[in-house]
Amino acid sequence: MRVSMDIELKDIPGQLLLALRPVSEFKGNLISVVHHHEKRTPRGTIPVQIVFETKPDNLNNIISSLEESDIGIARIDEKRYFEHGAVILIGHIVHTDIQDTIDTIDNTGYAEVVDLNLSMPKIKMPSSASLKIDAVSKEHLASAIELLKDIAKKKDLLVIEPIKSELGAV
Amino acid sequence: MKTIRMSIIGFGAVGQGVAKVLIDKKDYLESIGLDFKVVAIADSRTAVVDLNGVDLTAAISRKSAEGTVGSEKTTGLEIIETIDHELVVETTPTNIVTGGAGLHNMLMAFKHGRDVVTSNKGPLAMKYGELMETSNASGSVFRFEATVGGAMPVLNLARDVLAGNKITNVEGIFNGTCNYILTRMMEEHAPYGQMLAEAQELGYAETDPTYDVEGIDTACKLVILANCVFGMNATHEDVTITGITKITPEALLLAQNDGYVIKLIGEVNDSRINVAPKLVPIDHPLAVGGSLNVASVQTDLSGPITVTGRGAGSIETASAILSDMISIYRE
Repeated sequence: MRVSMDIELKDIPGQLLLALRPVSEFKGNLISVVHHHEKRTPRGTIPVQIVFETKPDNLNNIISSLEESDIGIARIDEKRYFEHGAVILIGHIVHTDIQDTIDTIDNTGYAEVVDLNLSMPKIKMPSSASLKIDAVSKEHLASAIELLKDIAKKKDLLVIEPIKSELGAV
Repeated sequence: MKTIRMSIIGFGAVGQGVAKVLIDKKDYLESIGLDFKVVAIADSRTAVVDLNGVDLTAAISRKSAEGTVGSEKTTGLEIIETIDHELVVETTPTNIVTGGAGLHNMLMAFKHGRDVVTSNKGPLAMKYGELMETSNASGSVFRFEATVGGAMPVLNLARDVLAGNKITNVEGIFNGTCNYILTRMMEEHAPYGQMLAEAQELGYAETDPTYDVEGIDTACKLVILANCVFGMNATHEDVTITGITKITPEALLLAQNDGYVIKLIGEVNDSRINVAPKLVPIDHPLAVGGSLNVASVQTDLSGPITVTGRGAGSIETASAILSDMISIYRE
C-alpha cells in the first residue's frame, strides 16, 4: 500500500532523520519527502510530507515509532489499491456463481473487484463480462489474475487478460 | 555476376510468387551481381527441368492453364537428390503432424550440401533441432524468414539487426485470419460464425479454419521463434493454446468501452510459449487491424521494437524468401 503522511518536526537538528528512520526500519520504501522548511505551523513546527510504500501490517508499527519519537502526525492518507487492471470473462458467468468468483478475489486481502459489467445476450448463450480489479501492487494484480484464471478453469470460463506490457508484471 | 542454380520445390501460390518476383526483380538482382537461375520446378504431380534455365513465364502460364507445371514425372525429392544446384527454395504445403514432404526435401538438400530457403513452417515446428544439426554438419545455409509473419521481418530483425541485444520477450499477432475475424466482429458487432463465413468467402480463411482459429498456426510460428531467437528446442506441444472461437461480440464491445481491443496474441520468452486472446489498449502498437501481423520484440538495450506487415499473400511471402536468398549470396 502507498501512504501519504503529513508530519510536523521541531526546528532542531536531526529531526528529519528521526522521522524517516521508522519507515526504513519497518521495511517501508520511501517515494518522496517534501520538507517545507520555509513554512511554520501555528505550533511553530515545520511541516513535512512523506510518501512511502509499505505492507499494511507495518503501518501501525511505523505510526507507533513516530509517536514514541514525539513526532506529530497531522494527517495520514492511505491508498491501499493503486494498480488497476481489467479482464474480460466469457462463458456461463452467472450460472457458475459470479458472487463466488468475486468473493475469491476480494478475500485475498490484496486485490478487490471494483467494477463489473455484464452482457447476457440470450438465455443459454454464453455471457460476457468486464471485470475491473484493483490491487496493492503490480505483482499482486498479476497474482489476482492468475487466481481468477484458476477459478475460471474450474467453471469453464474464458479469461481474456491484458497483454504483458500492459500488466507490467512477469 | 554470380550465378546461383536453384530449384523451386512446391509450385502453389508461394512457389509461383517466387517465380514472379524473380522475373520482376531480374534487373535489380543483376545490378547487385546475382543471377538466380531456376534449373528445376516441381509441383505435387509433375516437374520441369532445364539446366540452361527454366522459362519462368511459361511455367507460370502452364501451371495456371493446365494445373501442372511440367510433363516430367520426377518428384521434388529426386530433383534435389540428382540435379546439381546450390539452392533449394522449399515451398510445399505445411504439415505440422509429420513435417510432410518438406522435411524430407530439406534433409535431402542438406545431405547434398545445398542451401535451403523456405516458407514451410511444418518441418521447423516439428524437427528444428534435427534440421539445424543436419544443415550445420553439411555446411548448408538454412533461412526461413517467410515462415513467421510473411513479409513482416521478425526473425532476421531479432537475429541480425538487433545482434548484441538480449531479446527478453516477443509478443504479437502472427495470424492474419484471426485478426481479420476479430476486427470485423468488432466493427459489425457480429458473431464469430458470421465473420468466419465472410473471411472464408473473401479467401482469408480456409474451408477448414481449425488451424488458424484454434491458434495452431500461431503456435507453430512461436515455436520457430522460440528455437531461433531463444535457442530452445521446443515443439508445438510445448505451447499453451487458446483460440478465438469462444469470443463474443459482447466481449469485444465491453473491451472497447474500457479502451481495449481483443487480439489473438502469441507470446514467447525463455519461460513460456503461449497463444491466447488478450486485451490490447486501443492506442498500443500491437493494436493493428484487418489482416495485418505485428510483432513487438523486447530488448535489453533498445527497449521494445515493433514491426508490422502483411503476414500472408504469395508476393509478400515471396518477398521474404527473396530477401533470404539475397542475404545468403550477396558478398
